Amino acid sequence: MARISGVDLPREKIISISLTYIYGVGRSTAVRICEDAGVPVGTKTFDLDESEVSRLRDAIESTAQVEGDLRREVSQNVKDLMDIGCYRGLRHRRGLPVRGQRTHTNARTRKGKTRPVAGKKKTPTKK
Amino acid sequence: MARSIRKGPYVEASLMKRIREQNESGGKRIIRTWSRRSMILPEMVGHNLHVYNGKLFMPVYLTENMVGHRLGEFAPTRKQAGHAADRRLKRK
Repeated sequence: MARISGVDLPREKIISISLTYIYGVGRSTAVRICEDAGVPVGTKTFDLDESEVSRLRDAIESTAQVEGDLRREVSQNVKDLMDIGCYRGLRHRRGLPVRGQRTHTNARTRKGKTRPVAGKKKTPTKK
Repeated sequence: MARSIRKGPYVEASLMKRIREQNESGGKRIIRTWSRRSMILPEMVGHNLHVYNGKLFMPVYLTENMVGHRLGEFAPTRKQAGHAADRRLKRK
């Protein structure tokens, strides 16, 4: 089983897709990594031999920041914004959209599931 | 679209002049400014500014981490939405 950066890759997919299961690797990064490692993009993951896997591992380590390190950097950046008290930081603190989107409706990804509004009556339904 | 690098960061000339004066004289008086669009430069670190938010001057102490942001980012122009009762609960 191919295990890279602490993630098990799905065996039955081609390698350029399997690599995207790693946090921080998307489609284009995956293709670039394959090229750096000299592995044909269309190879199925279960067809990889040990040397190919280790070359992929090296290619990722040297060129991309993935998984824990990346997560740490992102959350550190958010924390920095919150600490200096700028507008973006305030939005992060309140869990609202940061880049000027509307909040009158939508924005559910940031705000989470709809919470009921106190005192709001349900629209009367026919009996 | 981002600002052209060739132009360099934008700072209101009048604000920059007062910052430079203070840097030379060593004085640290609070500067009132309406220029929310001015970028914070390294030489402005350590100054106390009052940035106008459309109603009041908000005190902002400039630190190193703020370099590259604009003054307006630190003086919110809107009230935070919420209910009066909620806020009282939070303070307790």
